Amino acid sequence: MAKFNLNINGEDKTVDVDPNTPLLWVLRDHLNLVGTKYGCGIAQCGACTVHFNGSAVRSCQLPVSSLEGSKIKTIEGLSENGDHHVQQAWLEIDVPQCGYCQAGQIMSASALLDSNPNPSDEEIENAMNGNICRCGTYSRIKAAIKAASKSQIA
Amino acid sequence: MTKKSTTVNRRSFIKSVGIAGGGLLIGFNWLACKRSEEVIVADTALEMPDEWFELNGYLKIGDNGVVTIYSPNPEIGQNVKTSMPMMVAEELDVDWNNVIVEQAPLNTDLYSRQLAGGSQSIRQGWEPLRRAGATARYMLLQAAAKQMEVPVEELSVEDGVISHSGSDKTISYGEIAKAAAAIEIPEEDKVVLKSKNDFKIIGSSRKNVDAKKIVTGQPLFGLDTYKDGMLTAMIVHPPKFGMEFKSMDAEKIKDMPGIKDVFTIDTYPEGLQKQWSDVSAFSKLVVVLGESTWQVMQAKKALKVEWDLNPELTKKIEILEKSAGMGEVSGLESSAIHTSLMADIGSKKAETVRKDGDPEAAFKNAARIIERSYTCPFLAHNCMEPMNFFANVTEDKAELLGPIQTPEYAEKTIQERLGLDLENIDIQMTRMGGGFGRRLYGNFLVEAAVISQKAGAPVKLVYSREDDMTDGVYRPAYHVTYRAALDANNKITAFHVNAGGIKESPLFANRFPAGAIDNYLAESWTLDSNISIGAFRAPRSNFIAGAEQSFLDELAEETGQDPIQFRLDLLKKAKEKPVGENNDYDADRFAGVLEMVRDKSGWKKEDQNLNRGVSAYYCHNSYVAQILDLRVQNNEPMIDKVVCAVDCGIVVNPDAAKNMVEGGTIDGIGHALYSKISFEDGMPQQSNYDTYRLIRHKEAPKSIEVYFAENGIDPTGLGEPPFPPVIGALANALYKATGKRFYDQPYIAGLQDELKT
Ligand code: FES
Ligand code: FES
Repeated sequence: MAKFNLNINGEDKTVDVDPNTPLLWVLRDHLNLVGTKYGCGIAQCGACTVHFNGSAVRSCQLPVSSLEGSKIKTIEGLSENGDHHVQQAWLEIDVPQCGYCQAGQIMSASALLDSNPNPSDEEIENAMNGNICRCGTYSRIKAAIKAASKSQIA
Repeated sequence: MTKKSTTVNRRSFIKSVGIAGGGLLIGFNWLACKRSEEVIVADTALEMPDEWFELNGYLKIGDNGVVTIYSPNPEIGQNVKTSMPMMVAEELDVDWNNVIVEQAPLNTDLYSRQLAGGSQSIRQGWEPLRRAGATARYMLLQAAAKQMEVPVEELSVEDGVISHSGSDKTISYGEIAKAAAAIEIPEEDKVVLKSKNDFKIIGSSRKNVDAKKIVTGQPLFGLDTYKDGMLTAMIVHPPKFGMEFKSMDAEKIKDMPGIKDVFTIDTYPEGLQKQWSDVSAFSKLVVVLGESTWQVMQAKKALKVEWDLNPELTKKIEILEKSAGMGEVSGLESSAIHTSLMADIGSKKAETVRKDGDPEAAFKNAARIIERSYTCPFLAHNCMEPMNFFANVTEDKAELLGPIQTPEYAEKTIQERLGLDLENIDIQMTRMGGGFGRRLYGNFLVEAAVISQKAGAPVKLVYSREDDMTDGVYRPAYHVTYRAALDANNKITAFHVNAGGIKESPLFANRFPAGAIDNYLAESWTLDSNISIGAFRAPRSNFIAGAEQSFLDELAEETGQDPIQFRLDLLKKAKEKPVGENNDYDADRFAGVLEMVRDKSGWKKEDQNLNRGVSAYYCHNSYVAQILDLRVQNNEPMIDKVVCAVDCGIVVNPDAAKNMVEGGTIDGIGHALYSKISFEDGMPQQSNYDTYRLIRHKEAPKSIEVYFAENGIDPTGLGEPPFPPVIGALANALYKATGKRFYDQPYIAGLQDELKT
């Protein structure tokens, strides 16, 4: 066990855990931030996606020891009141079915739009390909990303 | 969180709410109601009232007019938590924006059929839910008439405000709720349900009531449960089907950081009275208990366990040789053996389930016989949220919280297994990160309870993805052979289906094309196995629809007919001169979706150079037809478009229904194209998404169009019906694109073989 200082959603936090503990489990088990989901633990499903210095990464692969000095953003920190334009687009298109994968989808989508505000269909598919949705909401996710892109550019 | 008081109408009960064909009983008996009168409400955007008044088990009204509606059925992503309360709100006549929805606790005295399965929630809730709303409305009106001192006939309601026609008097539901709660609940015949033409909420799209919580990452799912003093438990089950626990070196890991205990449990000990929902290939499990998930995962990895062959599960090898139509695979099983056994058994005579006319003679006299066989592998459910459950079992009480599709059955098993009285068992349902049938089987709930009892602590049991994928309860592997006899004029004179699987047959003997062909024979067989199986989204149909619809496509081609017209002609015959008695589909509605999909897709316009496949199927009381267009690029199919025509009667929540159809379509395509669980020596060869392929963004159809029949028929479900038929449309389109028929799922294997050669 060792102490680690983290910056999560703009707040400084200290946790005392095994250095190999993935950020995913630090968030869920130690910081009461359960919006980031466990789906596979091997970087294959995207349910655990967070922003690491602004890029979408799989938190199940990030050992806590590698995070000092970086800025982490989780779904809980994407916006204060759930009104980030990607979240808004998700509500407008009514994307979720079971909803379990959606936090990860939203984190991937918002990172994509941050770096590429007007992505093509192909760019959307490439950026989102690591996020599985067993319920099959892919068409709506794409529609929501396009809607968010429009509102962002406008 | 705020604490609010609730007044309950104690004398009230509604008896005998019947539904068409079901005879379902709903008892509202408040004396038996377990819910505490103090209700904790989560802060929401709506202003909370100071006092709540319960008018019946489905709803309560606050003194400020806010309405809480309890959604009785488990939510697995099918969106019943929105659509079921919509049906209550419709008859109650309230403003939907003033409604809060809460998941009802398990209470079989109050609610019937608290189960998510068979696409039945909407169909079976249609009458009782509307009746609950209408009954409350009746009581509110009675109370208002009394207070206003006017005849009740002169009152009308709009959006929760009661107005008197002869004066300008109005009174809101909030103001009269207290008085209404004291009104005797009326006899059923006094309460009249709305005519369908007057629906305002039903039939207009309402957003998912949990959507905001979902997109902001709030705790909703079982896995999000964290309670004071809670330990995390994980299990280790045998790596192979047919094996059992022998010994372990627990001491070695007990000192690892955070580890509290290591022990074994027996989920379903011999002699336990099991429910149908108690399925597990691995009853004896190793449990690792610790403070946090990661610590337990590490200890689990370090733990050395020895396994043995289970003699009972692996002994029956010789039976195979002797059986005709019934067999048993044994020892440590492999997919190669399954495949050859199924092909062998499928070529023999099996049990006759239905026979019309004289199929033997017709086949004998046939000018030509077309015979094709189809197969599919086992599948894992792969709910995105792995199996988990929270349990806090003390000497005299069990508190259980988590994702379960069958809480009612789980409660009975817990009663048996822990020796507790039913009233001391509390099961609460969380939103589920997918169900697809897997959470009908509550072994993980029982495991959590047994672990908590043994540990003497509150426990959250968590399956890793690997545990989840290799735990069994799979969609069975199936095999079907179809034969059609044609006369010299290419007319079908007989049809034969021989279907079976491990360890369940996919046959529906009375479904189309039964009823449309004079000489018909349906045979069924099963092959036993030590691999556990369970219902998977659209059980049996999830295979047989694709097979049957591929075979019909081939028959249409062989006989030189348009595949849609070919099916329509058969349906016409089934309608005008049906063969046999028990045909379980309505030929008109079936033909209706085919015609709709043909028209909407612009089927067969000559200028189109598309690889299109069509398919139509009936299951779970709804009808779906689909047309799929694809291209093959770099050895991978690219699906451009799927057009879906759906007849599920009245569509309660259209946009959400569309979402379901889109999802079912994508899910069906994905599993038929890519997914499988295979075995070698009893060991599942896939254990996570690196080896088990699920459909992803890039592979999903570029566009999906959904059209609903408008016929005013009482609604039926949508969770399953769109899944099975699209597999046929996919196979038929793949044929158009490649010139090769696809008989074995997952199709990607055949497609890539083809392109290699
Ligand atoms: S849990 Fe991290 S990618 Fe699946
Ligand atoms: S909404 Fe259920 S997994 Fe995506």
